[in-house]
Amino acid sequence: MGPPDPILGVTEAFKRDTNAKKMNLGVGAYRDDNGKPYVLNSVRKAEAQIAAKKMDKEYLPIAGLAEFNKASAELALGDTNEVIKSGRYVTVQTISGTGSLRVGANFLQRFFKYSRDVYLPKPSWGNHTPIFRDAGMQLHAYRYYDPKTCGFDFAGALDDISKIPEQSVILFHACAHNPTGVDPRPEQWKELAAVVKKRNLFAFFDMAYQGFASGDINRDSWAVRHFIEQGINVVLSQSYAKNMGLYGERVGAFSVICKDVDEAKRVESQLKILIRPMYSNPPINGARIASIILTSPDLRKEWLEEVKGMADRIIDMRNQLVANLKKEGSSHNWHHITDQIGMFCYTGLKPEQVERLTKEFSIYMTKDGRISVAGVTSGNVGYLARAIHQVSK
Amino acid sequence: MGKRSSLITVAYRTDEGQPWVLPVVKKVEQKIANDASLNHEYLPILGLPEFRANASRIVLGDDSRAIKENRVGGVQCLGGTGGLRIGAEFLRRWYNGTNNTATPVYISSPSWENHNSVFVNAGFKDIRAYRYWDAAKRGLDLEGLLEDMESAPEFSIFVLHACAHNPTGTDPTLEQWKQIAAVMKRRFLFPFFDSAYQGFASGCLDRDAWAVRYFVSEGFELFCAQSFSKNFGLYNERVGNLSVVGKDADNVQRVLSQMEKIVRTIWSNPPSQGARIVATTLTCPQLFAEWKDNVKTMADRVLLMRSELRARLQALGTPGTWNHITEQIGMFSFTGLNPKQVEYMIKEKHIYLMASGRINMCGLTTKNLDYVASSIHEAVTKFQ
Repeated sequence: MGPPDPILGVTEAFKRDTNAKKMNLGVGAYRDDNGKPYVLNSVRKAEAQIAAKKMDKEYLPIAGLAEFNKASAELALGDTNEVIKSGRYVTVQTISGTGSLRVGANFLQRFFKYSRDVYLPKPSWGNHTPIFRDAGMQLHAYRYYDPKTCGFDFAGALDDISKIPEQSVILFHACAHNPTGVDPRPEQWKELAAVVKKRNLFAFFDMAYQGFASGDINRDSWAVRHFIEQGINVVLSQSYAKNMGLYGERVGAFSVICKDVDEAKRVESQLKILIRPMYSNPPINGARIASIILTSPDLRKEWLEEVKGMADRIIDMRNQLVANLKKEGSSHNWHHITDQIGMFCYTGLKPEQVERLTKEFSIYMTKDGRISVAGVTSGNVGYLARAIHQVSK
Repeated sequence: MGKRSSLITVAYRTDEGQPWVLPVVKKVEQKIANDASLNHEYLPILGLPEFRANASRIVLGDDSRAIKENRVGGVQCLGGTGGLRIGAEFLRRWYNGTNNTATPVYISSPSWENHNSVFVNAGFKDIRAYRYWDAAKRGLDLEGLLEDMESAPEFSIFVLHACAHNPTGTDPTLEQWKQIAAVMKRRFLFPFFDSAYQGFASGCLDRDAWAVRYFVSEGFELFCAQSFSKNFGLYNERVGNLSVVGKDADNVQRVLSQMEKIVRTIWSNPPSQGARIVATTLTCPQLFAEWKDNVKTMADRVLLMRSELRARLQALGTPGTWNHITEQIGMFSFTGLNPKQVEYMIKEKHIYLMASGRINMCGLTTKNLDYVASSIHEAVTKFQ
């Protein structure tokens, strides 16, 4: 019997709990201040447009919806980026972020002849390891999170990365690191790019939160753009699950920055050969929605405001949690809660404390102490602070 | 430029040569759009529960003993391809030992061109062909098929087309299916059904599921990758279901728990739109009736094109026998045209078909039947 999924299994346990005060801080799905799922207005409008158009249901090409692919690359890199202008890239539509990572992992396994080794930050999203492993790659780690500061272990990261065998694959979270919420600062990204370049490492970016982290899409993709500017031809996974709230529609993209248009064409042909025996071609609904939003000036503007709104609410909850913990009389330093960014927060709580939170307070999170700040509301932040204080005092 | 006819389309076409969004689908999409309570949250890893249960029920039957005995599970997948891939990944990991990549996988000769690739990419190292199409008699090579099954190593996996074999359109008769099942049972061969045309082949859901249901009633454990691309016309929504029939409930639960792990590293959880449409349709008697009617419309048009084409060829006195056109079933027909004849059709007559001589019946319309028939006649009389 397979064990329950460490992340999605949390929600399943939460559903079975009958305590009225229960909180689901497990899965990273955004909730509004009433704890409800939020369907963006820009999404609703795009859906209405689609419904009015009465389109057919013919198969998409293997690489997906072309308008979506183009718009997705432009969102990530900026539409004036030299890469976009020269066309020396390929973007394929994928089954959200997971599908993108898997296609990328399979592509590297088949065509990246220099190495089987993939280096993940420690810790990383729980599903990264099985994805790369199932694709046939070997997993290693580089230091990332410093439990002493609940911040970025910059010295440790640089030290480890400078020792990674040349031409290994190294994965970076573009922004809003999952699960820690700890991101390098721009000056630190610059040094990371320099050592990646020096060691000739292959950079794989996972960007699941563009816009969602700081509220600014350009700021959140700065690291990706900087690496490319430094001459590093990265590969990039994008997800629209969180920043457009399109979770169940499975909208994502995988991009490969190439040396020229010709290489991009060859890469595309091989990506298609990988995709065809997986699921033939991707689902259209979410990609159509995303494409309409990204390419209609009004809807794009509205979407950017809504993304900022979500990011702002999260930042506000972080502030309130810290304030409430202080009010409870906690003597611990909870700075990291507001220093960290994005959906998740590494509270620093130990597994035993997490277990107590679940058993005694019906507060559900993953056992690494990660909470989804999106699950916090002004209505329950006080309860959460009290509970955390109780298990940590 | 002259006429141009495409008989290589992979989707259903109306008599006007247009794609067709099923009326019931339009209705249900409207319903979904108007339902403000719906959102875009993640589905569970294995998919929408109402979809999975009802999709399995559609292929196994309302009165399925296996369902009553709680030994059926469904995995919502991305189309038929997704169902085949998830099933293949599971079998490679857990069937016939652990990670036994050497288990032979038999695929019909010919078959859908992607079958091979799915199993290779799932890690199987020994993909073999089993005889199927007899080009000389333009029918099923039952003798060859049964011989290949007799000589296959025990526990080999056999990919079977539930109905409307792609690309030949040639299905075993009910009696032949019984013979196939008997050999497979004796040799402990694993049936992996590919069901992409239920309802679309004969116009009747039950009839098109007969083979799968027979195997279940004979006590087999099996997989069935179901696609709703054609029978619901939901091609680009990627709606499929992998039905698992096990020996008991506990066994099925364990299988599903391992399926979750496989799904989690390929797509995490499946897309919701298409599954919602199918689930809504299958669970509402009125919509269900309307859907069956829409499916019959498609199937009937294909059957009509078959009989009309055959009638014309016979009236023209085209050399050869043409009863296979109406004896074959489903979207495709293996015309029996050879490469030279196919080339003539494409180059001189601008009628596009596959090099194998496969045509998609959906590409035929009342407007192009005469032209296609006369072109086939010319091709066959000019080239032998």
